[in-house]
Amino acid sequence: MFNPFTVAKRLREVGLVGLNSRNADYVLLHNQRKYYPRVDDKLLTKELALAAGLPVPDLYAVVREEHQIASLHEKLAPYPNFVVKPAHGSGGDGILVIHGRRGERYRRASGSFMTREEFQHHLSNGLSGLYSLGGQPDHLLVEYCVEFDPLFERVSYKGVPDIRIITFLGYPVMAMIRLPTRMSDGKANLHQGAIGVGIDIPSGITKRGVWGNEPVREHPDTEHSIVGLAIPRWPELLMIAARSYELSGLGYVGVDIVLDKNRGPMVLELNARPGLAIQIANGNGLRHRLDKIEALKKTGKLSADPAERIAFAQANFATT
Amino acid sequence: MKKTHLYVLAVLLIAAGLAAFFYKWKVLKFPLTPVEQAEVWEVQARVEFQPRNGANRVVLQIPLDPPGYSILDENFMARGYGMNTERSRDGRSREVQWTIRRARGTQALYYRATIYRDGVPAADTDRPQLQSPPELEEPFTSAAQSLLERVREHSVDSASFAAELLREFSSSTPSQEVTLLLQGRNGDHERARFATELLAIRNIAARVIQGLRLEETAAGELRPYLQVYDTDANEWRTLDVRTGSIGWPSDLFLWSKSGKPVLEIDGSPRARFDIRMQRSLVDSLKAAVDRLEVRDENLVAYSLLNLPLQTQDVYRILLMVPVGAFIMLILRNIVGIKTFGTFMPVLIAISFKWTSLLAGLTLFSLVVGLGLLVRFYMERLKLLLVPRLTAVLIVVVLIMALVSVVSNRLGLEVGLSIALFPMIIMTMTIERVSVAWDERGAGYAMKMAAGSLMIASLAYLVMSWPPLEHLMFVYPEVLLILLGFTLILGRYSGYRLTELSRFRALARPPGEG
Repeated sequence: MFNPFTVAKRLREVGLVGLNSRNADYVLLHNQRKYYPRVDDKLLTKELALAAGLPVPDLYAVVREEHQIASLHEKLAPYPNFVVKPAHGSGGDGILVIHGRRGERYRRASGSFMTREEFQHHLSNGLSGLYSLGGQPDHLLVEYCVEFDPLFERVSYKGVPDIRIITFLGYPVMAMIRLPTRMSDGKANLHQGAIGVGIDIPSGITKRGVWGNEPVREHPDTEHSIVGLAIPRWPELLMIAARSYELSGLGYVGVDIVLDKNRGPMVLELNARPGLAIQIANGNGLRHRLDKIEALKKTGKLSADPAERIAFAQANFATT
Repeated sequence: MKKTHLYVLAVLLIAAGLAAFFYKWKVLKFPLTPVEQAEVWEVQARVEFQPRNGANRVVLQIPLDPPGYSILDENFMARGYGMNTERSRDGRSREVQWTIRRARGTQALYYRATIYRDGVPAADTDRPQLQSPPELEEPFTSAAQSLLERVREHSVDSASFAAELLREFSSSTPSQEVTLLLQGRNGDHERARFATELLAIRNIAARVIQGLRLEETAAGELRPYLQVYDTDANEWRTLDVRTGSIGWPSDLFLWSKSGKPVLEIDGSPRARFDIRMQRSLVDSLKAAVDRLEVRDENLVAYSLLNLPLQTQDVYRILLMVPVGAFIMLILRNIVGIKTFGTFMPVLIAISFKWTSLLAGLTLFSLVVGLGLLVRFYMERLKLLLVPRLTAVLIVVVLIMALVSVVSNRLGLEVGLSIALFPMIIMTMTIERVSVAWDERGAGYAMKMAAGSLMIASLAYLVMSWPPLEHLMFVYPEVLLILLGFTLILGRYSGYRLTELSRFRALARPPGEG
């Protein structure tokens, strides 16, 4: 039976952080608004990451004005694969993944084709702010399309799986990998139908997954197990997550990282209000882990050294 | 700590709001509900007399702070007379003096008052003053002694003593003593006066007051009431002169307690004095405002009630918007229902005011539905954002006009009120629904649209509840209370109701599923 009180009690025991709590206790208290542009504008994020020496996908072009769209077709000729992103897009809205061209037509990640006209309309929608927070006019990034690690070939449907790590005051606290499905149209966003798979922080091995709001063990399209996968170059991923604190200035931040076949982990974007589904994917609540870091803060033991922070995280944040 | 600061502020706001609310409710008597009616009486005293040659002076006792009532308005009408109202030296009564140097023909003078019943009369605690005992001769002295002795046998305190005395006076088979004593003392007033003198023999302070029973009959009559001072309770007790019954009649309006005759005219010509009264039920809100104006309170001058009526109507609606927004806050942050736009449902709810709920929902769905069809077609035209929004806005206005024209032809009056729908809101709704439809699927878009309409309906039902509307308008300080609760909810970090269902997989014991 669904009894709200017992469910709420059980969720508190698990340590689930709800939306109100995330906003009131973490985002509002630890994320200063003046740093938001650093993560809301993906172009700025990319520049900051480059300056800090963190790997990012190459930038092919920036579209700021309507008239630049027309010339894009020629400008992008050398790159068969690329991704178009609105700089202020939220939740993966407006991201277009192109896998090659046939003359005037673009082939999308899903395999369907779009005409050059449709492609340009999509871009101009993006420019006018259709996908941006608050509908502000936006600029677009055209960047390197990641060739994902073969490890994930069997557990993703088109698109690029990415890894989300939540970092609190520089400590990586929880991680998951998001696997695109047929339903998500190759996108790695959970609310669009991607699968979230929780990753054990100490080992970098996937533990359990969630599709929608329900637990899953196999990829619904490829039927391969999504449990027990070891994420390659896991320590590097943790290092990127830990250093994103200094980079962004945000205390509570979600770091999205992709694993490229040739070039290893790269920062895709940062998120000042990371979603809560990561807790379902891990089957663990965030609260107990966040409390441990708050306790460090209270005793003044917060570390300024990313390596030390990672060591603390690996010692304390095993997925149960 | 920041949180205590917030809570202190919230509690202060709530306390201030509640204090203002209770002050207006309990002290200033603003009505809580819109249907409350106040008892207001128009009382008119008329004096008619034949003047003598030369100067004439008329003195009329008039009410002063009558217990249980307040005087909203009074005026004096006496053509050609000089007028002067004066309080008695002890401050317990008031009189009006009319004077004229020369008068011819029958004179008519008026005193008119609008009085308002504002509560239960408080006990009268004027300091008692003993009357001088009557100067009697035999056999009257013995008769008085034996009468008082007999009365004493039947009484326990000053009030019951006086009551017994009055009963002896008005008994249908009066005793010998009473018959003897009352010789030449006819009329209630005389008898009451005499009773106070007899009571003085027993050291009981007593006085005669003039009262008016406010009854539905048009003509009223001033009657004397005997009051005796109860030294145990330190208050005056009131007795009906005719029946001797103790207690202040609920409809008794105190005219004067001066002890003087109500009307005195120099030279005591033949005069007529009559009182007429009329009851009117007035909206108690108006009565409260009138009363405040009499007391010269700035509260009314600086309140919404003094605005022009049209502006008042606007504020009646505006003051409900925060209530709707508060409902939104609860439904979004505590329950967790998702809606299009933060305040869109509240704005829709306001427009339902002119259409009623069902018609409003139908019209809104009709316009948004038709607009969506056009919007889906426009998707194929690949318009840019701003031109597209403009185009949808134009279409929305066209649809609104069309609905109005068609419903007018069909004789459906409700269709005309669609003109009051917020078209910008509808345009944005169409855009948001269609974007959500494209990106998250039809199911998601419909779910969110249904959620929005549900909240709008709920907000409408609450916002159009007349008692609440009245409360917000008459007591705008309730907004402070609302603000206080909003601040408190602003730091609510518990789960939303919908999250319990969303995360229920986490609530299962580990290992399962």
